[in-house]
Amino acid sequence: MRNLKIVSIILLVVILASLPMVIEKASTINLLILIFLYIVLASSWNILGGYTGQTSLGHAAFFGLGSLATRQLWTMGFPILPSVLVGGLLAVAFALLIGAPAFRLKGVYFAIGTLALAQILYVTIGNVFPEITSLPVEDLINYQLTPRYYLFLGLAVLVVGVTYFLVNSRRGLGMMAVREEEDAAESLGVSAIRHKLLALGISAFFTGLAGGGFAYYHVSYYYQFPFAPVWSLDMLTMVYIGGSGTILGPIIGAVFFVVLKEFLVLNVGEYHLIVFGLLFVLVVLFLPGGIISIWKKTKDAFNRRSKSNAVKVSS
Amino acid sequence: MAEAFVQNLVFGILLGALYGLAAVGIAMVFGVTKFLNVAHGELLMLGGYACYWLFTLYGLDPFLSLPIVVLFLLVIGVVLYQLFFVRMVKLPTEEKIKNTMLVGFGLSLILQNVALLLWSADDRGITTSYSAASFTILGIRFPVVRVAGLVISLVCLFALHQFLRKTYTGKAIRATVEDWEAASLVGIDVKQVYLLSFLLGAALAGVAGALVSVSYSIDPSMGMGWTLKSLIVMVLGGLGNFIGTFIAGILLGATESTTAFFIGGNYRQVVGLVLFLLIMVFRPQGLFGKKEK
Repeated sequence: MRNLKIVSIILLVVILASLPMVIEKASTINLLILIFLYIVLASSWNILGGYTGQTSLGHAAFFGLGSLATRQLWTMGFPILPSVLVGGLLAVAFALLIGAPAFRLKGVYFAIGTLALAQILYVTIGNVFPEITSLPVEDLINYQLTPRYYLFLGLAVLVVGVTYFLVNSRRGLGMMAVREEEDAAESLGVSAIRHKLLALGISAFFTGLAGGGFAYYHVSYYYQFPFAPVWSLDMLTMVYIGGSGTILGPIIGAVFFVVLKEFLVLNVGEYHLIVFGLLFVLVVLFLPGGIISIWKKTKDAFNRRSKSNAVKVSS
Repeated sequence: MAEAFVQNLVFGILLGALYGLAAVGIAMVFGVTKFLNVAHGELLMLGGYACYWLFTLYGLDPFLSLPIVVLFLLVIGVVLYQLFFVRMVKLPTEEKIKNTMLVGFGLSLILQNVALLLWSADDRGITTSYSAASFTILGIRFPVVRVAGLVISLVCLFALHQFLRKTYTGKAIRATVEDWEAASLVGIDVKQVYLLSFLLGAALAGVAGALVSVSYSIDPSMGMGWTLKSLIVMVLGGLGNFIGTFIAGILLGATESTTAFFIGGNYRQVVGLVLFLLIMVFRPQGLFGKKEK
């Protein structure tokens, strides 16, 4: 069973990696890039919000910082991969700077506090860099989608892989213990603040890398744009649609989010955000575990039925 | 210089009164029901548009139309409560806060885009025959409509205070805040109390929105900013004390205007947010809240 899983995952990655050689249409590649970007964002957010239980509304700050550093370095002539890495590291530096005071806040206060923090950066960046950043002409001529595609695919595989290993490690268990009951975790020697900081650091790092990818991918945008609060809200939305605190949930959420929005834009036009909002509300109300809980519920129901059948046979 | 500073401060305080009123609404709902209604700013926006259209289409004076605006928001409030929020009444507190916040985000997306479709993205404001009128005391100008906004906010606050202190229903609300289980044991219908608090919050948002449309301007995307301001003021003031909340609103308005005066308008939001974060970290119970035991 386990081998089957590993083989199918490798197969999936190989298929995804070979897609740019098969697909000619740029719009399809763009859609896939968007899906990978959102998988990275949702999965990163999930490490802090889903597994450690700290609902952040400020992740746009990490995304924005990553994009800012990467864009500056890359347009100055540095190679792209180191630039993206610096973007991620800058996000971590900021996360560790604000982490200790931010974690003095609990629950909803943490959410509002991080929202305020991100808002400070959003406004300040808008004041300091009020202009649009555009790629220089020579970069535009050489602009290709394929390297962007591989960067985002790589990031998505990386963050999902790291989540997998983290969740199955001692540290990951500590994070979940902190989420479930902070005081109880502390009493067993699990330091809440250390685990929260670790989760925040990892989460910010990948969000920053995603920001770096954004800076590499987008031809022109306002410097302020990646700092906009809507990015934080999108991350949270995707994680809850898919299923928070699971590995597959954010992936499902991101695919659902991107594909549904695309579908609604094409089919209901200007009503698309209204329909999307309504669907989101319905998921929160009637599927509190996210889409992934449908799968779990049916599996449980199936197991129960086969078990009761087994009991009948044996009696 | 000094005069310009005081003038600026007065404007800040007058705007701060509306922050306070909006925040009292969101704090009313949060304090009683633990619903974090992040669509509060959108309710404000709806109140603003209701007032605007009553004035533009029927020539109704914005201050006289306040009761109609409140009625409209009560209807919206009942619909939102019965369709969505009633389903989350029984959740444990943490879950309740989180789920109502998520539902609120969805609702704010819906309401904002409905408003955008119906009324376009234009900035709108009400211009009456007396909009430009003002009086001067010691060289400081007081625009009549903004002062009226402050007075109406104070009247709402006073009425709310009396209602909570003096009436049986008000006492039932306060009892529910203290301990909802004990309240239900002595025969208080907690569900009714929840609905009532939600409606009070919606009505306050409506009044605040109408006052915004008279003195400032409204647009479909204003909700998020007002929700954030209301949340900040609510936390600044500390829970369980509406007068403290209102004063915190005025303080935020004054801080913003002082910042705008010395550093520039671009940073008026930033200093308010920094102040908010500092107070949250060093005085988590808020400026006027009691320390939790």
